[in-house]
Amino acid sequence: MSTIRLVDVARVVRSKNSGPYELTLDILFKDRTIYEHFRDRALVNAELIAKLYGVSAADILGVVWFEPANAVKATLRRLVPSGAPGDTDIYGAQQHGPLLDLEWTQ
Amino acid sequence: MPSTEMRVLSPTAILGYGFPEASFKAGIDRKPHVIAVDAGSTDPGPYYLGSGKSFTNRAFVKRDLRYMLTAGRALKIPVIVGSAGGSGAAPHLAWCQEIIEEIAREEGLSFRMAVIPSDVPKELVRAALRSGGIEPLSFVPPLTEAALDATTHLVAQIGHEPIVEALRDGADVVLVGRCYDPANFSAFPILHGHDEALATHMGKILECGAIASTPGSGADCAFATLSGDAFRLEALNPARRFTKESAAAHTLYEKSDPYHLPGPGGALDLTHCSFTELPGGAVEVRGSRHVPTVPYNVKLEGARPVGFRTISVAGTRDPIMIASIGEILEAVRNQVGSMGGGATRGSIHFHVYGKDGVMGGIEPKAPGKPGAAALPYELGIIMEAVAPTKDEADTLLGVTRSTLLHYGYPGRVSTAGNLAFPFSPSDASMGEVYEFSLYHLMAIDDPRLFPGPEGRRTVRFSKGIKE
Repeated sequence: MSTIRLVDVARVVRSKNSGPYELTLDILFKDRTIYEHFRDRALVNAELIAKLYGVSAADILGVVWFEPANAVKATLRRLVPSGAPGDTDIYGAQQHGPLLDLEWTQ
Repeated sequence: MPSTEMRVLSPTAILGYGFPEASFKAGIDRKPHVIAVDAGSTDPGPYYLGSGKSFTNRAFVKRDLRYMLTAGRALKIPVIVGSAGGSGAAPHLAWCQEIIEEIAREEGLSFRMAVIPSDVPKELVRAALRSGGIEPLSFVPPLTEAALDATTHLVAQIGHEPIVEALRDGADVVLVGRCYDPANFSAFPILHGHDEALATHMGKILECGAIASTPGSGADCAFATLSGDAFRLEALNPARRFTKESAAAHTLYEKSDPYHLPGPGGALDLTHCSFTELPGGAVEVRGSRHVPTVPYNVKLEGARPVGFRTISVAGTRDPIMIASIGEILEAVRNQVGSMGGGATRGSIHFHVYGKDGVMGGIEPKAPGKPGAAALPYELGIIMEAVAPTKDEADTLLGVTRSTLLHYGYPGRVSTAGNLAFPFSPSDASMGEVYEFSLYHLMAIDDPRLFPGPEGRRTVRFSKGIKE
């Protein structure tokens, strides 16, 4: 049994608006080997993101693996569109925190 | 495809963000064929589009533009500014044009400037809406005529086509309303026969200045050279370089799908793209494709006013209050709602820092969630009221503030007041509030002419004097 913590294997973990109605999460892994480990096992997937952020599957637009940057991207619906009353993060740049707690035991 | 190379200088990520003079000079020393800059974004929120104000600083926009315009005239190369004034609607365009005219006067410059607005007449959108020709983007509610009527500024992200036409007509400076960010950079190469897909992909990276280099920066220059079936990216600051990964990673930025990047009239397909590192911190990109869509779609952006905002900032250091803050705020909201007397129109929002102030409803560590964290020893609370008029927002906020200050929650031992206010006066009017009302696709006929002749003009300057 070993534990992989995302903060140890990713060099970038970030969130940002993708337009005013979507929030997009990027994880850039440190190298191709780690990227392939995660991609081949689909360790990041729509169910995980939905659970982590407490939203329904319908709120997840998609999860895309992007080899040129050793990256995976997940995009979800913003509960409140950017800048509308009740929004908490106009740029969506501080919604990545929960990802930094992710770890996998195998 | 032309055999000659084309060199493109991008001074900064957004006009007004600045750049080191040394980087700009290094770019000029490489004899660019065109200088282009993206001046806008929807990222700062709907207020700027809705109110007609710029989110960028006037003095720094002027500072950046002065470098660009004087260098453009000295080298006799075009200067292109898109999404003028931040949001690209008529008042933003006029604001940026005024700055350009000031610089022309102060520097005694001579040039022809094409001005291309991108404001879309509401009646055009209404007709499209009635015939089913308006399509919402993901998670965007369907457009209604009421939302359209309430919209103060309505623009389309136009493509490179009208910029190409203006350059073909001999414009030295092209000032564009809201436009697809890469179009500022791709237009001149496309005019000269370069591949649209490569030129657009190059523009997609250049529009963010040096953000796609490493270490990235939104306040530094980037340089690209298009030749044949590839383009090469270089940083102009010796402290930065482009790497295979930094260039590739950039296509992830602010996009939902890094392989397919939709824009006006089509999408970039990067499925077969390759990134190769060259000596000296450069990266060569090839294999970008462009897939046109039929009909030609543009993205509409609009914002509408939803009232006025008044806020108050406070904190609490009481562990009993902190333990039941959710219930307390809900009770205060209900009590204020039941009071009437002009305090009921509008909505109250509590931003509770230390609980879920940053993430709101998706905070997994908020009390009551499966991953709930231990309670903090203090909380920051921003009380916010949004109401149809400023007076009503002031009233609603004032009543909310005083109710929370003295609310007798169960178990309270601190009976002198529930809040620590850092300021007197405690309340601040934040002015008008807007929300996005349009973020939809609309099909158009001729991208060179859209949205129409209204406001398109050529302005000539002779030694700084407007003719």
